[in-house]
Amino acid sequence: MADIVQFENVGLRYGAGGETLSDLSLSLEAGGFYFLTGPSGAGKTSMLKLLYVAQRPSRGVIRLFGEDVVTMPRAELPALRRRIGVVFQDFRLVPHLSAFDNVALPLRLAGMDDDAVAASVHEMLDWVGLTDRAAARPATLSGGEQQRVAIARAVIARPELLIADEPTGNVDPEMANRLLHLFDGLNALGTTVLIATHDLHLMGHVPRARTLRLARGRVSDPVGALRHPPRVRA
Amino acid sequence: MIPRPLDRIVARLLGRAGPLPQPRIAGPMAALIAIMVFLSVLAGAAGLGLAGTSSALDRQMAGRVTIQIVAADPAVRAAEAAAAEAVVRRLPQALSVARVPDSEVASLVQPWLGTLGNDLPLPALIDVELADGGVPTLRRALRPVAPSALIDEHARWLGPVNRLVSALSGLAGALVLLIGIATAATVVLAARGALDTHRGTVEVLHLLGATDRQIARLFERRFALDALLGGVAGFLAGVAVLLMLGRLVVAVRSDLLGTTVSSGSGFALLLTVPLAAALVATVSARMTILRVLRRML
Repeated sequence: MADIVQFENVGLRYGAGGETLSDLSLSLEAGGFYFLTGPSGAGKTSMLKLLYVAQRPSRGVIRLFGEDVVTMPRAELPALRRRIGVVFQDFRLVPHLSAFDNVALPLRLAGMDDDAVAASVHEMLDWVGLTDRAAARPATLSGGEQQRVAIARAVIARPELLIADEPTGNVDPEMANRLLHLFDGLNALGTTVLIATHDLHLMGHVPRARTLRLARGRVSDPVGALRHPPRVRA
Repeated sequence: MIPRPLDRIVARLLGRAGPLPQPRIAGPMAALIAIMVFLSVLAGAAGLGLAGTSSALDRQMAGRVTIQIVAADPAVRAAEAAAAEAVVRRLPQALSVARVPDSEVASLVQPWLGTLGNDLPLPALIDVELADGGVPTLRRALRPVAPSALIDEHARWLGPVNRLVSALSGLAGALVLLIGIATAATVVLAARGALDTHRGTVEVLHLLGATDRQIARLFERRFALDALLGGVAGFLAGVAVLLMLGRLVVAVRSDLLGTTVSSGSGFALLLTVPLAAALVATVSARMTILRVLRRML
């Protein structure tokens, strides 16, 4: 399998402080299922930001889908971002839009016609159990419902790479399992999945998943206990 | 928040409102544009009216002269006037010749002298319109037949008035331009504010793969709508004031002021003011939003 993500000696520094991420070198295979774990403050969210191109690194090279995103012109980023689905830790739903319209956003941005959008969104809302909440604004949704809307929005356009930051943090175990099955199903269809989580129970549900452990801004496998450590590039 | 009916109708007319809140009608931006358009319509109407006055003055000045026969003896005056009129009519440079009736001359001084003017030796007047360069020829032709004739060139006393009117007309045009610039500057500030207010949404849209143009279009719509509604309101208010002023001007019965009331073509020009305001607001908003977005990743 070809690598869909490549990090080479990537460093990230905010302002004049120390490096949040240091010498990150790793690669993710296309079609792989990965968990990203590590203690709070280890740099997981910063690494995810680099992956969904919300941030450029201070140094190093990042290739997504074989393209160097560090030097990529701004005008080419939207097309690249449409290949990536993101579930943000804080959901980042658009407050003035209904659940339906939030989920529909990626399809509308891609120029899909309204009928096709409606069919896809209803199917997706049904999948995450929010059909009866389609017209609700985010402020009237519970934390778990907002999280499901965020997940539906991230996956509706069938992204090639799905990045999720603590996607099951606000849902009950049953819904967490359903969502994980959704991710699993997408992965089976070829989507590369990377989930940042602290939930060891969740990680146990996907036997073929590989785990990246991030500590103090570096990818590591300190005790050798993690399954399938990532292939680290020399 | 339940959108107000007018907001809903407008949103329907413009299509889906998009990820930004539905625009509120009669918000501060619409009110500001209304005021700007109102002032522009007044300044524009003044400029157009003054330009019309200037043209009228130009026409009046171009070769217009009044011959005054000032002989004190009524018989001599009448004879000189008749001879002068006959001579002038034969001049090839004379485009029009009109003897001002004595009764009209008397009525001209009547407001100041009352019936006393009837006993005074008032000059005989002949209005003449000459082709370019006709005044020296007229002077030479009159000298032998009407020695008491004085030639009053209108350009001599209307020139300064015309220069003042032209300057005021230019000033009105400059005011319209300044109001346009102020409107654009205000829209730039408002667009930056709107972008700051919705920065979170804009970031999400970017991360979902929205292009700068797609995002800018959302803001453009809002500003275009505000500008259009404000522009129409300001235009209607301006026209109402102009119509009211027009009535007052008619009551004054001044030829000079009368030309400041807009003609049909002037009105059509004023009609472009709200459209221009909408265009300025939309383009300013678009350029501002795109410039700010380019600084984001």
